[in-house]
Amino acid sequence: MTRHRGRGTASINYPIGMNLGGDPSQALVHSNPSGKFTVALSSIDLGQGMKSVTRQICAETLGVPVEDVYVDTADSDTGPHCMGSFASRGTHRVGNAVMAAAREARGVMMEAAAEELEVNAADLETDGRGNIHVKGAPHRSISTKDVAIAAQFKQGKTISGRGIFLVPLSDVDPETGEMSPATCYAHACLVAEVEVDDETGEVAMVRMDSAYELGRALNPRLVEQQLVGGAWMGVSHALYETPEPYYPDPVHGPRDFVEYLMPGPGDICPHDIAVLERPAPDGPFGGKGPGEMCANPVLPAVANAIFNAVGVRIDDLPITPEKVLRAIKAQGGARPQARR
Amino acid sequence: MTKIPLQFRHNGRDVAIFVDGGTNLLVALRELIGDMTPKFGCGQGGCGTCSVLIDGELHLSCLTLAETVAGRSVETLDGMKQGPNLHPLQRAFAENFAAQCGYCTPGMLMAAKALLDRNSAPSRADVIEAISGNICRCTGYEPIINAILAAAGGRASA
Repeated sequence: MTRHRGRGTASINYPIGMNLGGDPSQALVHSNPSGKFTVALSSIDLGQGMKSVTRQICAETLGVPVEDVYVDTADSDTGPHCMGSFASRGTHRVGNAVMAAAREARGVMMEAAAEELEVNAADLETDGRGNIHVKGAPHRSISTKDVAIAAQFKQGKTISGRGIFLVPLSDVDPETGEMSPATCYAHACLVAEVEVDDETGEVAMVRMDSAYELGRALNPRLVEQQLVGGAWMGVSHALYETPEPYYPDPVHGPRDFVEYLMPGPGDICPHDIAVLERPAPDGPFGGKGPGEMCANPVLPAVANAIFNAVGVRIDDLPITPEKVLRAIKAQGGARPQARR
Repeated sequence: MTKIPLQFRHNGRDVAIFVDGGTNLLVALRELIGDMTPKFGCGQGGCGTCSVLIDGELHLSCLTLAETVAGRSVETLDGMKQGPNLHPLQRAFAENFAAQCGYCTPGMLMAAKALLDRNSAPSRADVIEAISGNICRCTGYEPIINAILAAAGGRASA
């Protein structure tokens, strides 16, 4: 019995969002009686961090503290239309819609403030701490709360804004089938190192090193968190998870959570991540989003690493010990490739 | 069906409820006491998100008959924070970004508390062993392990 080490790489070019139906998402922003703001979305945050990121985008655009923004998500009864949280589109699509809505709301807020301060709205700026003042004269100031109260009780205005992100539909060329399915792309490269046991066929992850280019990281800790967890979803698809291990025959499929194979805390390995920021011209503050891409390069990298370790090329997922052992047997033993 | 009277301590407070025979502790806590912090995940003991401490020992409340905790002390995540202050483990989870969707977090915190209550300076392997019955479907084990180690470090130096 020998344990063979192998290393594999994979690079990807990943589209953000899609072309279908113009890929629209909408956002509504309005001020509350307290002078704080609500962003209404029907987009869903399942833990990816979209609530935090849209909150930051709204606060930054309005020029108010992030604590003054509340994001109401995941209800299509109270939020405007959203295509959904998929296709790595949350930060980019929803973020752009929130930015547009916040920009319109900011316009109304500045007009209302101008009326109270008896100046031109163009001469006003926000301090990011909840105040609006005359440029160069910070003492000529009014709080966003007082502006909201004045708008609601005196001026009869709603400080609100609407935003939508919609991609112009890209027609398919009838001759070539060519089209533009996305507006921007994120990129990644991942190196996986594995150890393959030629007696049991088991594959253990040794380490991962990756580089991700995903526009501007609007919240670097959330980006890192998503890349760390998402890489393991990739490993899990590469090595463990399947509802039908002998597809199309449904036999021996897991029937519940206990039988379904998933990585646990004991399986994880060191993962070094480099995040490269190349702001997207059409992204909210340059953001694209890590999204699905955090899992995608892992699968081919792991398959390549297994080939490098024992010389078997397995193109059927997940790469179970049984498949590895059968392939090693078929080629008459492990054939470690040149170390890369 | 006859209801069974049941008394136990819940996060330091005496509670008395009537349960149907065969009711599990998770249902008793969530539906009869109103403590929603232990979560229902798989209902089979496979995911750990329903974890609670019974007399200081880690148990899966979905596999524990409610009747068996009579006269005993049950601790849940709801009793973890001390007054207005978060427990050091909760603070460490927040600071280390150890929650994504958050569904496993209650169970992870209880498993971590059970570990630190008996071993204030655990190794990384001890931490992995302690949370090995808990599934994080966002696969954010790395930050969770780091948070628990950070909390243990903070406690040791305090």
